[in-house]
Amino acid sequence: MLLSLSFLASFPSFSSNEDNSTGKEQKFNAAEMIKHHIADAYDWHFFGEGHASVSMPLPVILYSTTKGLQIFSSSNFHHGTESYNGYRIDHNHIICLDESEKIYDISITKNVASMMLAAIIIMIIFLSISASYKKNVGQAPSGMQSVFEPLITFVRDEIASPNIGPKYAKYLPYLLTVFFFIWVNNLLGLIPTGANASGNIAFTLTLAAITLLFTLFSGNKEYWAHIFWTPGVPLPLRVIMLPVEVIGIFTKPFALMIRLFANITAGHIIILSILSFIFMFKSFAVAGVSVPFAVVMSLMEVFVAALQAYIFTLLSALFIGQAVAEHEHHDDHH
Amino acid sequence: MELITPSLGLLFWSAIIFATLLFILTKFAWKPIVGALEEREKFISDALDQANKAKEEMSKLKSDNEALLLQARQERDKILKDAQTVAAATMAEAKEKAQSESDKMVANARLQIINEKNAAILELKNLVATTSLEIAEQIMKKDLSSESSQKDLIDAYLKESKFN
Repeated sequence: MLLSLSFLASFPSFSSNEDNSTGKEQKFNAAEMIKHHIADAYDWHFFGEGHASVSMPLPVILYSTTKGLQIFSSSNFHHGTESYNGYRIDHNHIICLDESEKIYDISITKNVASMMLAAIIIMIIFLSISASYKKNVGQAPSGMQSVFEPLITFVRDEIASPNIGPKYAKYLPYLLTVFFFIWVNNLLGLIPTGANASGNIAFTLTLAAITLLFTLFSGNKEYWAHIFWTPGVPLPLRVIMLPVEVIGIFTKPFALMIRLFANITAGHIIILSILSFIFMFKSFAVAGVSVPFAVVMSLMEVFVAALQAYIFTLLSALFIGQAVAEHEHHDDHH
Repeated sequence: MELITPSLGLLFWSAIIFATLLFILTKFAWKPIVGALEEREKFISDALDQANKAKEEMSKLKSDNEALLLQARQERDKILKDAQTVAAATMAEAKEKAQSESDKMVANARLQIINEKNAAILELKNLVATTSLEIAEQIMKKDLSSESSQKDLIDAYLKESKFN
């Protein structure tokens, strides 16, 4: 309920932005609202609209080809309504008023801030757990340890060990980190007013790229032989298989990237769409249907948050496992 | 399109945040935690192994004890049996010996009795002979003309000589 109410509170916030300029009657645009909610932003918006909106400004960091490195608060843009220092926010991006200037935008946006928050939460949790492991050596886990130990052993015994094989220990830290990082980011995204970091293509691209790097750098002779000169296949077929296999190297992490992005973003879109019905029909009666339905969807998204973290980790382990496997199974490549 | 265009800033920051997180957690969380878990698992499996071993040893000891007890019992039975046969044999032997001894004694006694008897008979014979001779001598010495005197004499002598 809290979740839904919060969404309700933040709704009118933006549909007005464009309509305000024309001064006409405000019309609710569900597509624009949803796009706004799943997109990145330069400030952490809580509620309200235009100049009245309550939000936390975040630092803007720009590297300009003409002006060099610039750091200033996003509050200078006044929620995107004003330009500052020759820059303006247009469709959630900073653009230069001067056409000849080129900028590289590495601002701490809402998604970056959310990611940092996730990283801090994870660090606090696991560094404190690590300390308690040092404190009670050889004793049964207690408190937070008992909560997270099954998760850690789950990643180790159900994901890393069966898919990678005896060399899993080397990759376990990566798999654990990626699992908890995705999960916590997914959950933060479900909190009303939260960012959609793990549903952002740049986030999933980075993680998928890291999995790809792990795969490429841990690939053994047999793995590369399998790709470039597939054994057990007639010669003409090998020539055909070569590009297929090379493309295959990249399609696997590409699928990882798209899967996480699409699942998380779709979850957000579904919940927002259901709640949009209330404003589209301008009826409280619709809320009676929409709100319970959104609550159910939110609960499902909580499950999806864990599921997608699991799937990303599992598939990463599988790809690494294929790269380090001692004996390739020629029958089951795809 | 904006949705599926990765922005430079986010790529940059997610890489940096993730790399930092990975580094810090690997060094200060995952390694100690996974190490401690493995240590604990090893400890538990060792303890279980030891318990199993102790249990096995115990049951082995128990069966050993039982075998020992059985053996002791058998030995005792054997000793008892042996003792019984020895005792029986000894008894039989002793009986036999006693029997033969007594037989011998009886035989001896019998022999002696016969000897004694023979000696007595012989002595009696001698005595009768000498007595007869003496009587004859006396008769010779006395008047044996009348029948009555002869009779008196015989009676007198008979009175004198005592028979056992």
